[in-house]
Amino acid sequence: MTAKLDTLAQLLDERLGDRIVAQRRALNELTIEVGVDRYREVLQTLRDDPELAFDQLIDLCGVDYSTWGAREQRARRFAVVVHLLSIDRNWRLRVRCFAEDDGFPMVPSLTPLWTCADWFEREAFDLFGIVFPGHEDLRRILTDYGFVGHPFRKDFPVSGHVEMRYDPTQQRVVYQPVSIEPREVIPRIVREDKYGNPRHG
Amino acid sequence: MAELRNYTLNFGPQHPAAHGVLRLVLELDGEVVERADPHIGLLHRATEKLAEHRTWLQSVPYMDRLDYVSMMCNEHAYCMAIEKLLGIEPPLRALYIRTLFDEVTRILNHLLNIGTHALDVGAMSIMLYTFREREDLIDAYEAVSGSRMHAAYYRPGGVYRDLPDRMPQYRESKWKDPATVKALNEARSGSLLDYLDDFCTRFPKYIDEYATLLNENRIWKQRLVGIGVVSAERARQLGFSGVMLRGSGVEWDLRKKQPYAAYDRVDFDVPVGVTGDSYDRYLCRMEEMRQSTRIMKQCIDWLRVNPGPVITDNAKVAPPSREAMKSNMEELIHHFKLFSEGMHVPEGEAYAAVEHPKGEFGIYLVSDGANKPYRMKIRAPGFVHLAAMDEMARGHMIADVVTIIGSQDIVFGEIDR
Repeated sequence: MTAKLDTLAQLLDERLGDRIVAQRRALNELTIEVGVDRYREVLQTLRDDPELAFDQLIDLCGVDYSTWGAREQRARRFAVVVHLLSIDRNWRLRVRCFAEDDGFPMVPSLTPLWTCADWFEREAFDLFGIVFPGHEDLRRILTDYGFVGHPFRKDFPVSGHVEMRYDPTQQRVVYQPVSIEPREVIPRIVREDKYGNPRHG
Repeated sequence: MAELRNYTLNFGPQHPAAHGVLRLVLELDGEVVERADPHIGLLHRATEKLAEHRTWLQSVPYMDRLDYVSMMCNEHAYCMAIEKLLGIEPPLRALYIRTLFDEVTRILNHLLNIGTHALDVGAMSIMLYTFREREDLIDAYEAVSGSRMHAAYYRPGGVYRDLPDRMPQYRESKWKDPATVKALNEARSGSLLDYLDDFCTRFPKYIDEYATLLNENRIWKQRLVGIGVVSAERARQLGFSGVMLRGSGVEWDLRKKQPYAAYDRVDFDVPVGVTGDSYDRYLCRMEEMRQSTRIMKQCIDWLRVNPGPVITDNAKVAPPSREAMKSNMEELIHHFKLFSEGMHVPEGEAYAAVEHPKGEFGIYLVSDGANKPYRMKIRAPGFVHLAAMDEMARGHMIADVVTIIGSQDIVFGEIDR
């Protein structure tokens, strides 16, 4: 497995060179980071190069890094993470691309390269509000018809903003502001370094 | 000459053949589908968002509710992703138990699929037979986890507990006389492994029965052969995986190509289709059930002779035994911390995929070192398959849409998440 990753890492260096911003290897997985301007071009190479041969787009998702608490900081808020698989070479790759503008994140669409990017991008648009120029049919997909907001952004509460109920006087379903208080049962904790180490005191 | 008109037809979301809450907007030219636009999300529960607000362990039961006909496989991917981040390896016995129950799950899933698929296209009786066998396997689920469907049996670091030594028994009642009860309890007199072993002996005969009912059935073949054909090249382009990909003739199975659990230690074959139509996919599923039985048998034989721990002894991940907890202060603290604050998973990101009965089921986890995931993405195979509905249904008759839905093995729990 590691020998295979070595080959892949080397191949990526050769074929993509300075077109990738960073290459990272952790937990037997390879991640590359690309800028928005070279994103489509890099993925085209990854797909079409006969040696790399990433013929399958396994997954595409958005990530909101706005409350990221880890040591390694992120400069931008929204990223699109793509998982690729090559059936012929039997290897995987993760590609991350940060959107430039936090207010209006935009990442080029991959639909011309992989048909299945269609729904994945609609999902990322729906849940994170990332816009994919080049996508022909960027509608909401998972949320309700007429939904407002992008629910997977970190500033969107779990309980949402509106709730729905049947109103017997109007004899129809109505929306109203949520009546439940947001609560957190178990707080989110990031432990300090060396916690639990007996010598730490 | 009669006047021709195009229709837009709303199929679902409460149609029994829609396998859940699928709303399909079909544009028809007479009876021919010109465009199919699936509207999904009617079962959206924001599992990924909820997981960001639960500890790592609390999200395990959410996994059961994704694809609610193959529960343990979902848990498997989630636990594997956490184990990858933690850098721990479950004990070998746990890996074998997982392999065993993954295959039980695969049979459960395929039985449901074949039964309901046949029901959709007009064969009533097969469903009754497949559900009879499902009942046996669901009993195995219940014996091992206490729950018939939503097991929450796989835990990060292993499985919740070892296999039970005895099976629950039927009791006499108003509806069951002593002779019936005796017959029902015969297979349940030993341990769970005996019970599953008995099932593995009986099951191939049942598969033959299903094959007799369907394989050469004229109506079944007329409804399936040549419907929803996907070429190998298109299947890759559309992101297919699992049976949908193998039915099109691509030999790809994560259990073989990127083995996990104990799959590299068991012997099995991977069936591959030729034409990529619905009938080939059906045949693949039938053969997969036979292969699953084979894997189960090997796991049972191994598990009989190799006792051992079933969950990691890392106290920062898995809870201590009840006995230790009640007699030892340190274990008590560990127990308390694990079930209040939860475990901490080191910073990083991981993607783990399993060969789910429906295809590649993957979990992408991003952790910032907290007691909860920072982001979890579920890669559901059905989501990708349903996205290809438009391409697969185009040019077919409206009745064939039902065949294609059945052959894609759609379950909304995982698509809508």
